[in-house]
Amino acid sequence: MNLWWLMLACGGLTFGIRYSFIAAEGHYQPPPWFRRLLPFVPVAALTALTAPELLLVQGELILGGDNPRLWAGLVAIFVAALWRNTLLTIGCGFLALFALQRL
Amino acid sequence: MNRLQAFSLGLRSVMPLLLGVAPFGVIYGVVALQSGIPPLAAMAMSSIVFAGSAQFLLAQLVGAGAPLLLTAGAVGLVNLRHALYSASVAPVLAHLPRRWKLLLAYLLTDEAYAAAIPHLLAAAPPSRSSAGHWILFGSGFGLWAGWQVATLAGVLIGAQLPSNLGLDFALPLTFIAIVVPMVDSRALFVAALVAGAAAVALAALPYKVGLFIAALAGLVVGAALTRTAK
Repeated sequence: MNLWWLMLACGGLTFGIRYSFIAAEGHYQPPPWFRRLLPFVPVAALTALTAPELLLVQGELILGGDNPRLWAGLVAIFVAALWRNTLLTIGCGFLALFALQRL
Repeated sequence: MNRLQAFSLGLRSVMPLLLGVAPFGVIYGVVALQSGIPPLAAMAMSSIVFAGSAQFLLAQLVGAGAPLLLTAGAVGLVNLRHALYSASVAPVLAHLPRRWKLLLAYLLTDEAYAAAIPHLLAAAPPSRSSAGHWILFGSGFGLWAGWQVATLAGVLIGAQLPSNLGLDFALPLTFIAIVVPMVDSRALFVAALVAGAAAVALAALPYKVGLFIAALAGLVVGAALTRTAK
């Protein structure tokens, strides 16, 4: 029984966080600096999610040849910058990862 | 763009992310059962909470018998970064009726946001009244459906499913494919560098708080740079 209450509480909390600014929009006047932050949300948040996946191996910073995900990620960054094509980027990233894992 | 086109654009954009999310959903199902959560509750959690890393944490804390308040607090911290997504999409959704805002907020995950945001921003002011929100609905619904199926597979078939094929690498690769083309100014570039470096430096902080702080650091540095540039 407790488990279901806990799930409902966590679900409500999660929803509340996601709904917060969407609900408040139009009901408050944010200071101008706040609006200046928003264009950076996609790039900053998604890079924060991605960088540890490439640079950390089980919590340790590994920059050398024994971190294939880092080098495959760099290949993907290069391909994305040149061709701006999602499927091509993912394909090249996976190819690089599999190639490096076989070395 | 009509509604159907917008919906299918969102759905298509989230597909590569599903490739990476599916193994997580399966593992979540397995971990939840191992933590002593009954199958029905494990399944329901994917609809009620609907947040990958928070569900993992919740299952683990339930398994460890952690106090309820601590568990809920930890889940809140893990999901704090979603407030940033909420702030980011709020202006684009401002004109919508409440039922749409409730629905899209419920579906606002990392992946749904990432898949939709380049299109949402591109479609913003001129065609705003039309169908832009259907893009977010498409990516959100696609991720939701995929997450339910993956969870169900984890609960039903469990550990026999291969989960270490490296498919989870589709997540960082897709995020790269989304972010890199968006970086078209020095301020955005520096914001990305700061957020990425801070996320790595703060990765050891509990409950993914480091992610939230790192993203905030990126926002502040980026906004400061645009200000001094003008």
